Amino acid sequence: MAAAVPIVDYLVLGDDPHLVAQECTACGARFFDRRNACASCFATEFRDATIATEGELKAFTIVAFAAPGVPVPFVAGVVDCDGTSVRGNVINTEPDPDHVSLGMKVKLATQVVGTDDDGTEAIGFGFEPLEA
Amino acid sequence: MASDDIWILGIKMTKFGKHPDLDTVDLAAEAAQAALADGGVTMADIGVLAAGNLMNASAGIGQQLQKQIGQTGIPVYNVANACATGATALRTAIMAIKAGECDMGLAVGVEKLSGAGLLGGGGTPKSDKNVYEPKGRFGAVTNVDGRIGTNTMPGTFAQIGMEYGHKYGGTSFELFAKISEKNHSHSTLNPLAAYTKKMTLEEIMGDMMIAYPNTRPMCSANCDGAAAAVVVSGEKLKTLSLEQQKRAVKVSASVLTSDPWQESCQVLPDVNTLTKMAATQAYEQAGVSPDDLDLVELHDCFATAELVHYDNLGLCEEGGAVDFFNSGAPWRDGQTPVNVSGGLQSKGHPIAATGIANIWEVCHHLRGEAGDRQIEGAKVGLAHVIGLGSACGVHILEKSAA
Repeated sequence: MAAAVPIVDYLVLGDDPHLVAQECTACGARFFDRRNACASCFATEFRDATIATEGELKAFTIVAFAAPGVPVPFVAGVVDCDGTSVRGNVINTEPDPDHVSLGMKVKLATQVVGTDDDGTEAIGFGFEPLEA
Repeated sequence: MASDDIWILGIKMTKFGKHPDLDTVDLAAEAAQAALADGGVTMADIGVLAAGNLMNASAGIGQQLQKQIGQTGIPVYNVANACATGATALRTAIMAIKAGECDMGLAVGVEKLSGAGLLGGGGTPKSDKNVYEPKGRFGAVTNVDGRIGTNTMPGTFAQIGMEYGHKYGGTSFELFAKISEKNHSHSTLNPLAAYTKKMTLEEIMGDMMIAYPNTRPMCSANCDGAAAAVVVSGEKLKTLSLEQQKRAVKVSASVLTSDPWQESCQVLPDVNTLTKMAATQAYEQAGVSPDDLDLVELHDCFATAELVHYDNLGLCEEGGAVDFFNSGAPWRDGQTPVNVSGGLQSKGHPIAATGIANIWEVCHHLRGEAGDRQIEGAKVGLAHVIGLGSACGVHILEKSAA
């Protein structure tokens, strides 16, 4: 089996793939990137917070025209995962308005998004329809 | 007029569109010289210059411009604030006057954007040997644009409109297209607009899809253009001619905000909260309410964006943007005409020029000089811009009582 790395460091691979946010210990604000301080309350301590793997699609677009090298069409969206907003693509369904709708229930899914020259696979994530 | 009021003495925008024969400085000079002439003053009267050219922000457009229209040694502030760059330049000149450093200032915004194509997407190209290695604040091993959502402007603002639809209901592809139909209809009366051809709803919906639900005509038009304004203190204006005083337009409110932290603002930009804040502050400063507005130029960078700003600017009750649009209110013969210039979708969006050009549009009506597209009897207007990142500028303008 090829070596695998997550596309971003807030994706945790393994038997139960999930996302992890940096949560401010003072106010609970959550961030997905490295922080100098909390943008909400300016505190500097963070802890890992596991993000729910199921949620509701609260905004989306179907991108038909993108930068060179980005395969289109694809569905980009924001998923409300139990109160935490997560950015991601809607995957494993047709990228058209008949198959993607506001408020649809989705769950986290992973997929290989590329392989480097050493044969290591990059594992990306997206959200697929819960009823699929 | 109160001594500490700020007034627009002269203001002008160039024709928006393709200007292959003019460079960035030519366009800035054309707008600046026209604004000075409009105000009946020269560079000798100007005490501060604030200038913006976003796509080449490190080039010092202010000093480049001085070399073409007059080097007088005054302080120059080169500003960059995304799509709010023009409004930021204007506000910088206003702040200098309010601070008492001078009594007259010039603000200029200019952009050459024809053929610029899609803005916001893409990523850093990889080196020759491709070995995954976490980089940046997300520890990304490869480009994430298109893999974890989209960085493109049409896609980002599409989601902003869809988010509103999810929250309040009533949105559809057709509704957003109708907003664009309005703006493309309005611009038929604006000779300075980049596009002046009316488009039917069918043409708009049938055009090339960029990022659902935004088709190409529902996206802001990349084009060349510049706009400039001369601002003056009330005290100085009193010393000028009656004709200058009559044509001067009062800046009743000048507000700039950035986005305060919100739960999802770093996942999908929140263009709502900072616009609501800016509008609230502006109405308070000006002592007017949304009901008093005779026209509004707002930042319709995409059809999906125009909808949410009806609500953010308080033109309707919270959650009522769809009903507001469907009532016909934002059409030029409606209760609160919005983007009678054609807006960014049809007049065009040369980024740094936009924040002054939409103030020019409002001033044009308040002065009663808007010709065929004049909103009769216009006394109060509002101009709004937003740049992602984010920055929001709101100005409220009032007709001179002189």
